Amino acid sequence: MSPSDTPENTTAPGVDGVVAENAEDGLIVFDKVVKRFGDLTVLDHLDFSVAPGERVTLIGPSGSGKTTILRLLMTLEKVTEGRIWVDGEPFSHMPRGNGMAPANEGYLRARRKRIGMVFQQFNLFPNMSVRKNIMEAPVHVLGIGKDEASQRAEELLELVGLGDKIDAHPTQLSGGQQQRVAIARALAMRPEILLLDEVTSALDPELVAGVLDVLREVAETTDITMLCVTHEMGFARDVSHRVLMFDQGRIAEEGPPDQIFGDPREERTKSFLKSVLENGH
Amino acid sequence: MNDSAPMIWDFEFTFDVMPSLLGGLWVTVQLTLIGYTIALVLGLLIAIVRRAPVIGAIVHFVMEFIRTTPLIIQVVFVFFLLPASLNVPLLGPVPITAFTVGVTVLGIHYAAYTAEVYRSGIEGVAQGQWEAARALSLPTGRTWGAVVLPQAIRKVIPALGNYLIAMFKDTPLLFAIGVAELLTRAQRVGSESFRMTEAMTMVGFLFLVVSIPSAILIRRLEKRYVAV
Repeated sequence: MSPSDTPENTTAPGVDGVVAENAEDGLIVFDKVVKRFGDLTVLDHLDFSVAPGERVTLIGPSGSGKTTILRLLMTLEKVTEGRIWVDGEPFSHMPRGNGMAPANEGYLRARRKRIGMVFQQFNLFPNMSVRKNIMEAPVHVLGIGKDEASQRAEELLELVGLGDKIDAHPTQLSGGQQQRVAIARALAMRPEILLLDEVTSALDPELVAGVLDVLREVAETTDITMLCVTHEMGFARDVSHRVLMFDQGRIAEEGPPDQIFGDPREERTKSFLKSVLENGH
Repeated sequence: MNDSAPMIWDFEFTFDVMPSLLGGLWVTVQLTLIGYTIALVLGLLIAIVRRAPVIGAIVHFVMEFIRTTPLIIQVVFVFFLLPASLNVPLLGPVPITAFTVGVTVLGIHYAAYTAEVYRSGIEGVAQGQWEAARALSLPTGRTWGAVVLPQAIRKVIPALGNYLIAMFKDTPLLFAIGVAELLTRAQRVGSESFRMTEAMTMVGFLFLVVSIPSAILIRRLEKRYVAV
């Protein structure tokens, strides 16, 4: 299915009669997504979509399901119910016969490449140099030549301000430097969608600014669609087009950053923002 | 004690039998190295396959069975169960020697242990490493080969090294099926001349000559790799 198809053609019938009527509306579409871990409902019939190039920040108390949204998109988790669409294609499911079946590994492998993720704990490969960390996926997933990938790794490290660390090992770097390498590693795959999962939460306070500056630069100089879970409200205000306030697996309030931070309507948003400010985040 | 075997150390006899004993030591070393190679490779495959749903459970059961029965019984059982030669297409009858059986059983037996060592190493790799590999869309082979196993194996090198020494010390069990290793040779030269003292003492001595430097080497590896 391509985005140029008419909506009638792209609207695939679901096995349970659920139809993604709005699958055309955005690059990323969550359609009545439910995620449960055992008895715990983390996402409760969640609907939202993200337009191409849009930068969306997800805020809310911990346990409200923000990170789960990123993990579902990165296919680190599977949906319990509902559908996720990326660029008009089913992402959580795959067409089979006249219906849909949960996406299998082969189907996901072909589609996951366009999404990159930066983790709270960096998750660099400690057995590889910084250069190898960045080159690994471009060489072995995209099939780019080693010389080209190596050169691109150098350029990306310059971008994140760590040009001199290319042959260092991750264990020799500070947390902030590791996270900047992790950003470079994600960008090396030239993702259309970048997922940022509390990327500064594990950092010492003095290292946060450096990482956020890099991300501001990425936001300003590229048209990558970004989904960002963060407690850095200043950063959210600067870079995002839209803020989604989550509470108990649902969107409590959404709007442009100026409105959400300057004039929140929902009581839950107000109390959440108040608690974040008081805790000095 | 009778006159033919006085309880004094006979150096001349000791030197006379040394070539035979050293030949036995060489067989012992060969058994250990080949058996250990089998244990390292097979153990790794088992550790990976064990993570699969159904086949993993079957493999786990077989490994549990191997670990809970004595090695010497496995060796004797397999040796007497198998025919003296096997008809291989194109090659014709290939003899199944005591050495072949001994080294294979030794390798498989120890694979049951090395598999557990690898498993603990694999489980010790942080979940975030798997997730990062997945987020980068790395193929399964690359995730294992470039990300998980290099980290997992590094952590378990000392434990694997201990099994090398343990296996070396277990090779005399193959005496039971007549592999011409060190103990078998010593028993042979000792009983021919009724001089067991020299023969058996030299067996112990030769085992020490190999295992003490190996143990020191492994302690060094431990120091180098354990602090990752």
